Amino acid sequence: MALRDSHVTMAHGGGGRAMRDLIAEVFTAVFQPPGMEDQARLMDAALQEPGARLAFTTDGYVVSPMEFPGGDIGKLAVCGTINDLVVGGARPLWLSAGFIIEEGTEIALLRRIVASMAREAEAAGVRIVTGDTKVVERGAADGVFVTTCGVGVIAPGCDLGARHIRAGDAIIVNGSLGDHGAVIMAARGEFALETELTSDCAALHRIMHAALAAAPDLRAARDCTRGGIASALNELATEAGLGMVLEEAQVPLRAQVRGLCEILGLDPLYLANEGRLVLFVPEEQAQGVLTAMHALPEGAGAAVIGHVVAAHPGQVRMHGSLGGSRIVDMLIGDQLPRIC
Amino acid sequence: MKHVTEFRDPALAKFLLADIARLCDQIGATREKPVHIMEICGGHTHAIFRFGLDKLVHEGIEFIHGPGCPVCVLPMSRVDECIEIAEREGVIFTTFGDAMRVPGARGSLMQAKARGADIRMVYSPLDALEIARRNPDREVVFFGLGFETTTPSTAFAIQAAAREGLFNFSVFCNHITVPEPIRALLGDPHMTLDGFIGPGHVSMVIGTHPYDFIAQEFGKPIVVAGFEPIDLLQSVVMVLRQVAEGRAEVENQYARVVPEHGNPASMAAIADVYERRPSFEWRGLGEIDASGLRIRPDYAAFDAEAKFGVGYGAAGPRHVPEPEGCACGAVMTGRIKPTACPQYGLGCTPETPLGALMVSSEGACAAYWQYGGARGAAA
Repeated sequence: MALRDSHVTMAHGGGGRAMRDLIAEVFTAVFQPPGMEDQARLMDAALQEPGARLAFTTDGYVVSPMEFPGGDIGKLAVCGTINDLVVGGARPLWLSAGFIIEEGTEIALLRRIVASMAREAEAAGVRIVTGDTKVVERGAADGVFVTTCGVGVIAPGCDLGARHIRAGDAIIVNGSLGDHGAVIMAARGEFALETELTSDCAALHRIMHAALAAAPDLRAARDCTRGGIASALNELATEAGLGMVLEEAQVPLRAQVRGLCEILGLDPLYLANEGRLVLFVPEEQAQGVLTAMHALPEGAGAAVIGHVVAAHPGQVRMHGSLGGSRIVDMLIGDQLPRIC
Repeated sequence: MKHVTEFRDPALAKFLLADIARLCDQIGATREKPVHIMEICGGHTHAIFRFGLDKLVHEGIEFIHGPGCPVCVLPMSRVDECIEIAEREGVIFTTFGDAMRVPGARGSLMQAKARGADIRMVYSPLDALEIARRNPDREVVFFGLGFETTTPSTAFAIQAAAREGLFNFSVFCNHITVPEPIRALLGDPHMTLDGFIGPGHVSMVIGTHPYDFIAQEFGKPIVVAGFEPIDLLQSVVMVLRQVAEGRAEVENQYARVVPEHGNPASMAAIADVYERRPSFEWRGLGEIDASGLRIRPDYAAFDAEAKFGVGYGAAGPRHVPEPEGCACGAVMTGRIKPTACPQYGLGCTPETPLGALMVSSEGACAAYWQYGGARGAAA
């Protein structure tokens, strides 16, 4: 154990022995990338199949607070990038991880974040194969910022996308919406509100796999992160040139999320999720997908929340339980900064 | 949530909607000759659109959206003054989030923040007080904004600052009151309102008696209402019953929350800290007598207007004219619908608002836009 410091100092970013010790002990010892060279050289049999495609994605994570009920920034960074890959139909294989660390960050916190990344990656059968650390002066970042890139392989014949969505398709989500956004709001302690909610943060590779197996004609999938389900659906409605109609009574919401939104005047459809996706499935295959999803813990709350329609292209509407109907528009501005 | 869902009960809503239709027929209200009911409060406007009540009620009901959105009626000069204070050396300017994007002549607080001013969003003046405690070498200013609902909490914050001797804390006071603009609206000879729905949370503080003049002097019914769909539908029924029976009274639909005489502790704090200004400017409505509050001289140390020499504390407030083509005033007085404004959806959208009614979620234009009054009737 060469690393004796309890907090990250500028020396840990200086390129010398301190940096080497930090990287070796905190990062590479846990991630165990293949070989110790900076550049990962990789091979996977799936890549050699004719018609297979490479999926490549990147995302930065700046959530505050860094640890919250149900997860931390590390879990978020791994799951978020895995989810980006799987909703495109890819099997995630490799991740990179870049860390911007504020001077003064507790090394114990860093270890917890890294451990949680390794745990999530292993559970999803993904390897973190390359990375980078930078240390910046106090105030130049807030704790730890993480950027992950992900590479996966899309099997030949798998082609998901908004252009495949058709009028009549069922719109399915895998569980209650807005939990993550509500947890972050409560965890910041700005409202003096306490909840027993936990973030929905989860990797969605299994649920996506199950859905694809149950619905061979699955049209499209999207992870509902920042901007919530409302933003994801609006984007897809625009891309597909079709309308969407939600049934308010069928949208799964936890009572605590609903209550928090009532108190704070927020709309849960715009709250962030980190373990929720929306699927578009031909109506006749919807029941099969639901059954398959319900068999997994991350799909226990799956529900059909509405349908695609030919009318009002590009627009999402919601039928209220009182009988009225309203437009569910894109999120304007920010409901809350730094949720992911 | 148990206590919310029962106020969203579809069966009860259906029953009340039938009652409204029956009363409309009895009065002879039609699409061509509707009963005009003003919901004074922006919170009510938002709820009406969110639950689609405007489309569910009988076509003989027309909701006129009143001036009860504090962000919407804030004159541009006051936004400019906020920015002037926020950009002073050493100032931490704290504000409710909804005020961040309201455009003044020199842009919005959000733009000032991007230029380098230390502007922080808070959820309560008590949060601002805490920032002042933690930053004794900085001047912490809270943007006091709102009606009788938020006035008590800034009064409590000022009282606490005085008790603690927290002289680096001050409030830029823009508190306004509900009854005065209603009096101004009722005094307008072109006024066609038949009745009012009053803001329940305001009456939670001031009680129902400050509205007596509406019934007694102007002969119009007013029903103080809660914010759930069932509350609103029931209060429409109550207004219609008064119209049908030729009565004009102040009625309380929200009795589960609103005591007739309000909240004495809050009223006492308001009276201790604030006094009425002779007059205050309302965006779109102009100067209205005795409609604004200022901090009493006893608490001058906590009055940002006095401390920084701006606004009514300076030579006098400047009047900043509305941007060209902005019809917020006409919308706010119910003369036109948001969609009739020439800038609606063109020069003025929620992303790039020209007028304040497009900024706040309680503004009539933003509500129209968000919930679809904008682009044709929803199915």
